[in-house]
Amino acid sequence: MSMVDSLDKEQGGEQSDILGSLAMPSDYFALLKPRVMSLVVFTALVGLMLAPGTIHPLIAVLAIVSIAIGAGASGALNMWYDADIDAIMTRTAKRPIPAGIISPSAALTFGLVLTFMSVMMLGVIVNWLSAALLAFTIFFYAIVYSHWLKRSTPQNIVIGGAAGAFPPMIGWVAVTNSISIESVVLFAIIFIWTPPHFWALALFKSDDYKKAGIPMMPIVAGNRSTQNQILAYSLVLAPVGVLPWLMGFAALPYAIVSITLGAVFLFFAFRVWQMPSDDKLMVPAKKLFGFSILYLFVLFATLLAEAIWEKLV
Amino acid sequence: MTKPLETENIELSDKQKKAQRSRSIAIAVVLVVLVAIFYFVTILKMGPAVMVRPL
Repeated sequence: MSMVDSLDKEQGGEQSDILGSLAMPSDYFALLKPRVMSLVVFTALVGLMLAPGTIHPLIAVLAIVSIAIGAGASGALNMWYDADIDAIMTRTAKRPIPAGIISPSAALTFGLVLTFMSVMMLGVIVNWLSAALLAFTIFFYAIVYSHWLKRSTPQNIVIGGAAGAFPPMIGWVAVTNSISIESVVLFAIIFIWTPPHFWALALFKSDDYKKAGIPMMPIVAGNRSTQNQILAYSLVLAPVGVLPWLMGFAALPYAIVSITLGAVFLFFAFRVWQMPSDDKLMVPAKKLFGFSILYLFVLFATLLAEAIWEKLV
Repeated sequence: MTKPLETENIELSDKQKKAQRSRSIAIAVVLVVLVAIFYFVTILKMGPAVMVRPL
């Protein structure tokens, strides 16, 4: 045992935790939730490319980088706050804080520094409206969702879903410096997509959530009610997904893709609704969860492809 | 209350030294990148007209 280890034990560990830490930069990178960050980068890029107007390529890259760092900061703050329940759930037990690689205080400092850096970068380099939206998004995820909603209401991911829905709007505002109805539609697609996506996961991971004491919908209202609500949200999502075409800021390829994928999404949601609520394997829920990721990715990828095509032609 | 930390008496293990060095390098890289970003953005925001000035 090194002297630092013994000092850690004698002094409660807080002061010497960074000095004697074994955390590598990659562990700090893991605090940023890179997979969530990549989705944020992607949707923000779509908002930025779709927006009318021009932006210097360097400023555009730095806007995306700032949004990515902001998303990472909220991930780190979330991991700091949720370290106790992360340790209980199998899906999250290996995260750096519950695994004992990074101390909670180091993670909190890291998250706060990145929050400050990302908001200031976006404000100084791009514009202050997008910076304000980014600051609000981080606040919404770290405080409103993680602190207030997650452990207290089954509507946690419904309201908290707003945090994941803001990035395309921030990308849009980075170019236009204003919030328009088109950016609200992009927000709405992700916002309405979030409940069926997470409740499908909650259906087949409900034991994990129950163990951690998180009041997800299947635990509080039961599987049947969750299945009904998944279908209800999917019925709203399918037409909302077509809105970019109906409102004229997406072309025919997007119409075909969004209508087709919306119908498939409804089909999977219907299969979940048909599933017996005491089903052990929950195969339809697993299929819906997998397809929901594909749905959002393909929808936004089509919007991106159309935006690039329009700029090139 | 915790006692003040006497860092001069602490001997880090090789693993801890390696981790600390990696973190220091990462921080240095981030700082250099930030300096480069703000340098180029400043040039960009000033625009080419900054070069046109009477002597």
